[in-house]
Amino acid sequence: MKVHHFLARDRFQTLLDALGAAGYEVIGPQVRDHAIVFAPLSRVGELPEGILDEQAPGRYRLELTDSGRLFDWTTGPQAIKPLTFAPRETLWTSERQPNGRLVFRERPPEAQPTAVIGVRACDLAALSIHDRHFLHDAHPDPHYRERRRNLLLVAVNCQRSAATCFCTATGDGPRVQHGYDLALSELDDGFVVEAHTREGQAILDALETTPARHDQLEQVEAGLERASAQQTRRLPEGALPELLQAAVEHPHWQSLNDRCLTCGNCTAVCPTCFCQTHVDALSLDGQTASHDRQWASCFDPDHSYIHGSVIRAERPQRYRQWLTHKFGTWVEQYGRSGCVGCGRCIAWCPVGIDVTEELDALSKAPDDALAKAPDGEETP
Amino acid sequence: MTTASRRPRIAVHKFSSCDGCQLAFLNLGEPLLALAETVDILHFAEAGPVDEEAEVDIAFVEGSVATSQDAARLRGIRERSRYLVTIGACATAGGIQALRNLHDADEWVSGIYASPEQIDLLADSTPIAETVRVDLELWGCPVSGEQVLGATTAMLAGHLPRVDHSAVCLECKRQQAVCVMVAQGRPCMGPVTSTGCGAICPRFQRDCYACYGPAVQANVSALATHLAATGMPAGDIARRLLFINGHAEPFRSEGRDWQARVITRSGREEEPG
Repeated sequence: MKVHHFLARDRFQTLLDALGAAGYEVIGPQVRDHAIVFAPLSRVGELPEGILDEQAPGRYRLELTDSGRLFDWTTGPQAIKPLTFAPRETLWTSERQPNGRLVFRERPPEAQPTAVIGVRACDLAALSIHDRHFLHDAHPDPHYRERRRNLLLVAVNCQRSAATCFCTATGDGPRVQHGYDLALSELDDGFVVEAHTREGQAILDALETTPARHDQLEQVEAGLERASAQQTRRLPEGALPELLQAAVEHPHWQSLNDRCLTCGNCTAVCPTCFCQTHVDALSLDGQTASHDRQWASCFDPDHSYIHGSVIRAERPQRYRQWLTHKFGTWVEQYGRSGCVGCGRCIAWCPVGIDVTEELDALSKAPDDALAKAPDGEETP
Repeated sequence: MTTASRRPRIAVHKFSSCDGCQLAFLNLGEPLLALAETVDILHFAEAGPVDEEAEVDIAFVEGSVATSQDAARLRGIRERSRYLVTIGACATAGGIQALRNLHDADEWVSGIYASPEQIDLLADSTPIAETVRVDLELWGCPVSGEQVLGATTAMLAGHLPRVDHSAVCLECKRQQAVCVMVAQGRPCMGPVTSTGCGAICPRFQRDCYACYGPAVQANVSALATHLAATGMPAGDIARRLLFINGHAEPFRSEGRDWQARVITRSGREEEPG
């Protein structure tokens, strides 16, 4: 049985110190460029005290309150993905020797033990999906694996939700369920802490805590219930793979042609999207080359340029491919949906396209959907 | 392209432009010195060598075609060059000076110059590709020196480079820049603009102003409609589009469309009611 501890608010710095003393580089949430981003952290004062995030389709704003809490925000534009699946990295280099022979060299990442503070239930669910994708079978991705095995995750149970959150609909939150080392639940005067792994327990043992009281645990539960109750976005009833399969010819897809920018923002902020492209850079003298991979998006026509033509050349087809993969064929591939309900694709879409609204429209009979099309087109 | 007999030859030519793209080339610093040891730079007025008539393997062309002399000179360069590569917004899309294509340029000339008959001006300022065949177009105002170097390296290795025309947004995300449109409400052109710049402006909290031209399949009307819905006046939307790359489609058509929605009354722009 897990034992819950209480860490007083004025002792929070000791957690950062304990992580540092145990050899971890600490990464945590901070306000930068009007958003919550994850960056190296050494002092508790760098954490976003009293900061709330207000999120809506195509909109993200921070607000300073006098709550004094460090984790009242919900999500930023990214969480763990860039730490494990690097946005751009060199995989190998090649060099032509004087005798003309080519020599290839691997370029493994220089990963060091890293503790991430402030990871949410949706982020952990996404990480678990990425583990399945990158670490499966006989050929795990060595770059992902190296970074992943160096991570210590200090999760946070959400005590509030943003308007874009829908993790209750995907079943991934707001309570952290698996994949973390330590979990924090923030109360006004401190944190309820639980360890989930031996590594997490070692950190917890180094802290001055008291046993958590019953009323404190009740406050945590009430906060989780509040966060759930705040969520208004839902997914259609029933199995989405079947729904999407049946909706392949749905006229609603065409409406995306007038709305979707195909800019790829949704895929770049999605914590489970993993598409990549590879580019080679040659030195001027042609003697050395580096082979890099970088994030790519299925919204870029170049991504499906095969044998002289672009597969799914039209915008609605590309949106359909993304949504149908994320909520439909993903299940067949990975045993679950590719959506963890973080709502990033809704907030960070520059024009505010909302996956939950699109799925709702696609779940309705075509005539109904047309009548509700955003261009106001009426069906007779 | 390298043969035992001679080193590859390159030239950098200037047409109607501000010289900024030649400067971007010059600002490469050390790689430019390395390049000079690999190739013979026969013509590059901004850097020193001048031999405009030289036959070369790669001719880089900066600037747009604005006069009849420009057009004649350009045809000669094409004949003497194996590859012709445009560098920058002027050469690739007509540049900022193509704004005159939207107006009566003759009227401007007679209003500005004492002897307008001495000004030789074509009706439009046009991209290089409207006059001669172009092998590769590199966008930007100015062009990225790294991109020019990368293209040169690829051509020296015997192939044309792969030029990424996905939206600036993807590069923003790779660089971990926070979206200025979503987090600050800035009217960023990134979602419809081609990458290549390294997302410089958003990384410094500025909205992209589309200096790298349209992204592949840019949905300009969707972005403009969104900007209008957030309260941006039609005239401002038109100016976002009819700017450095205003001659390039779909910026040109969309920009003119939004320009037509502005009613001019008593010399002042007003929005249609």
